[in-house]
Amino acid sequence: MATYKLDVQGETCPVPLVEFRKLVKRAESGDIIEIVGTHEASKKEIPMAIEALSLELLELKEENGIWKIKVKI
Amino acid sequence: MENQSKDINNKLTIVLHSGDYDKIYSALIIGNGALSMGMEASIYFTFWGLNRLIKGKLEKGPLSKMNFLGLGRIMIKRRMKKANVASLETLISDFKELGGKILACDMTIEIMGIEKESLREDLIDEYCAVGAFIRESRESRSTLFI
Repeated sequence: MATYKLDVQGETCPVPLVEFRKLVKRAESGDIIEIVGTHEASKKEIPMAIEALSLELLELKEENGIWKIKVKI
Repeated sequence: MENQSKDINNKLTIVLHSGDYDKIYSALIIGNGALSMGMEASIYFTFWGLNRLIKGKLEKGPLSKMNFLGLGRIMIKRRMKKANVASLETLISDFKELGGKILACDMTIEIMGIEKESLREDLIDEYCAVGAFIRESRESRSTLFI
């Protein structure tokens, strides 16, 4: 099981979502992806994509405008 | 992981009739959004939209409003760069990487006198006519005309 890290701080729509999806395509079942970003709407949209793709949201936290999302593939 | 979708008919088709800079953005952002959310997506490039598939023309369209002979476009481009918006080249290559399909209208190629060699054939999945568009559209949950 691999862990991937994705830093999309400073990126805007639709880059965080698209980069996340590209990584999901490369990852295998059971892998973990950790995404860190600052784009406000993506904080809501990435969990929406996680649900649509039937993945598992493990963690979502935010501090000083920087959010972190952890997801299991 | 190729986890495409929970259900069938999970597809979006876009007719890109416009060649305007801002409208190409709309089409590619929506297309990429659909792919990212686990849908399939096809974009059918026709009329002025098809011009943007000519080599070197993707980023060259005018603004649909407030173009002011290209000045408005320069201003918007500057603001987009400041806001760190992805280029159309990035968006179209992401669209392809995520499995999006690009269809090119045969009739437009003919009536506009476009040489196939001048098109970015590496991006194009299929040269086709209205029948192929309807095939895509009837398999789709929604179809947009841009």
